[in-house]
Amino acid sequence: MSEVEKSREKGVNRRKFLVDMAKTACGVGLMGMGLGLYSRAASSLPAQAIRPPGALPEEEFLGACIRCGLCVRDCPYGILKLASPGEEVPTGTPYFTARTGPCEMCEDIPCIPNCPTNALDHELKDINDARMGLAVVIDQETCIAFLGLRCEVCFNICPIRGKAITLDYEHNKRSGKHARFLPVVHSEACTGCGLCEKACILEEAAIKVLPTHLAKGVLGKHYRIGWEEKAKAGHSLVTPDVRHQYNLPEGVQYDLQGKGLIMDSGATDDVPISSNPLDTLNRGLENQ
Amino acid sequence: MAKQAAVGAEAVEAKGWIRAHKWLLLRRISQIGILALFLISPYLVDRLDGTWVVKGNLASSMTLDVLPLTDPHILLQAILTGITPHKDAVIGVVIVLVFYLLVGGRVYCSWVCPVNMVTDAASWLRRRFGIRGGARIDRSTRYWMLAMTLVLPLATGAIVWELFNPVSLAFRGIVFGMGLGWMVLLGVFLFDLLVSREGWCGRLCPVGAFYALVGKASLLRVVADKREQCDDCMDCFAVCPEQKVIRPALKGADKGIGPVILAGECTNCGRCIDVCAEDVFRFGSRFSKQKVVDSGERETAGEESKPFSDAA
Repeated sequence: MSEVEKSREKGVNRRKFLVDMAKTACGVGLMGMGLGLYSRAASSLPAQAIRPPGALPEEEFLGACIRCGLCVRDCPYGILKLASPGEEVPTGTPYFTARTGPCEMCEDIPCIPNCPTNALDHELKDINDARMGLAVVIDQETCIAFLGLRCEVCFNICPIRGKAITLDYEHNKRSGKHARFLPVVHSEACTGCGLCEKACILEEAAIKVLPTHLAKGVLGKHYRIGWEEKAKAGHSLVTPDVRHQYNLPEGVQYDLQGKGLIMDSGATDDVPISSNPLDTLNRGLENQ
Repeated sequence: MAKQAAVGAEAVEAKGWIRAHKWLLLRRISQIGILALFLISPYLVDRLDGTWVVKGNLASSMTLDVLPLTDPHILLQAILTGITPHKDAVIGVVIVLVFYLLVGGRVYCSWVCPVNMVTDAASWLRRRFGIRGGARIDRSTRYWMLAMTLVLPLATGAIVWELFNPVSLAFRGIVFGMGLGWMVLLGVFLFDLLVSREGWCGRLCPVGAFYALVGKASLLRVVADKREQCDDCMDCFAVCPEQKVIRPALKGADKGIGPVILAGECTNCGRCIDVCAEDVFRFGSRFSKQKVVDSGERETAGEESKPFSDAA
C-alpha cells in the first residue's frame, strides 16, 4: 500500500469523523433547543400554586431550586409538595395549595435552613416578612360580608390579624339600617400564607391568595400621591390649600357634609329665594 | 440465540450461582437499599425523636441531620444560572466528589441510579431474546448531551435538564410521587430494548457522562489480573455495558497496556468479575500492576485518552 493511499484513507476517516461529530452536535443541539423551548412553556406557574416562604422570584427560583425536596420534608405540617411530571407546576419544584393546605407560618421557618441553594432565601428570619403571595377578596358578589352578613372568618383566622386583614364598616344600602363588616387586605402586612383562603366558608373561596404580580396594580412611575408628598414636605407642593368659598347671599352658610343650607338667625323669615316663583314675582312688583 | 442465553453459564457452573451473581446482587441491594432508606425515613421520624435517617433525594439530601450530600452535576447547572449555593451544598458536593473519586465515578450509575435497573432489564431482555441492531448512536453523544445540560442554564437561566432528567425523575418520583414520570422511564426502557443497545446509559445520559469524567481519576478499578487465563469466551463483553473499556486491559498485554480498566466509562458494576469462569477480573486500585507484565501507567493513559474511538 502506497503512502498516498494510506493518507487518502486517513483523510476519509478524518472526514467521516468530522461529519459524524457534526451530526451528533447538531442533533444534540436541536434537542437542546427543543428542551429549552419546552421549558419556557413548562415554567409558567399556575396562580393557585404558591411557593414556600422565602422563595426567590419565580424566574430566579427556577434557576436555583434543584428539586431535592428537603423543604418538603422539613415542613412540620406536610403542606409542601414536589410537583410530579404531568402537573402544571414545573416538575420537581415545591409548592402548596392554600385552599387545601395553607402555610401555618412557623416562627422558626423550618423549611428554609436546609435549602442547599438559597432558592428559599436563608436571609428570611421573620416569617411575617415572607411574601408568598397576596390575599385578595376576589369575589364581592359571593363574599357574605358583602352580602350583609356577619362572617369575619378570614379576618379572625389571619395570623397578622388586624394588620393584614382589617374590617371596614359601611352602611348597608340595601337594608338601609344595618352595617356591613367588609374584609380589606393590606399588602404591606399580608404574607400570602393562605390561611384565610383555607378558612373561607364558601364552597369556592371568595378570598384567594394570588401571586403578588397578579394581585397588585402598579402606579405609573411618575405618579406622586399628593397627600403623601404634602406630609413629607410639610406643605402642599401644588396649589396652596384655600378654604372653599361658597358664593352665598349674606346670612346663609352651607355645610357640605352636615346640615346643608344654614340660615343665620334673623334672616329666617327673609328668605332670599322662595321655592314659590310667585313670591319672586310679587316682590318684584312691591319693589317697584 | 442459544449462545446469547448462555452468557455466564460457565461461571455459574464453575463458581455456583451466588458467586456468579455476587456483584450483581450487591448492586441491587445497594440500589434498592438506598431507595428504601429514603422511603422508610418518613415512617421512622417519630420513633427517632424527629431525626430523619435521610431526607431529600439524590439531588441533595441530609443524612441523620448531619451529613449533607449534593449532586455535583445538578448543583453545577444551578450555579450556571447564576446562583450562589449555600455552604451545606458545597460541603455536600465535596463529599460526593471525594467519594466517587475513591470508588469510581460511574459507581453512581451502577450502584445508586434507579434507572440502571430499568436499563439492565432492557439489556437482559435484549440478550435473552436476541434483539440486535437498532439505531447507531455514538457513545460520545453523552458528552454532547452533558455540554447541552450545562449550556441550557446559561442560555435560559433555568435548570432545564432537571425537567426531563430520567435519573432524578425516577428517584424523585419513587420518593415523592411519580405522576406521569413512569412514561419517561417506559420510554427509556423501550429505547434501550428496541432502539439502541445500552442506548440511554451508555450513549445519551449526561449524568453518566459527568460521572465518567469524575471517574477518569478514580482509585477503585476493575483489574484484569489474570488476563493470561482468559479463554476468549466473550461473556464479559456480552454483559459489559461499556464493552470497549475491557479490551485494552484484557487484550493489551502485547502492547504493554496494564491490566487495569482505566476508562472513566467503566461503571465498576463488577459483572465481568461475576460472569468470568476463569476469575480473570477482580476489584483493585488504579495502580494495580500485573507481576508478569511491567506496564507503564503512561502508555495506559495514552489508550485512555481516546475513549471515543468507536468499538461498538
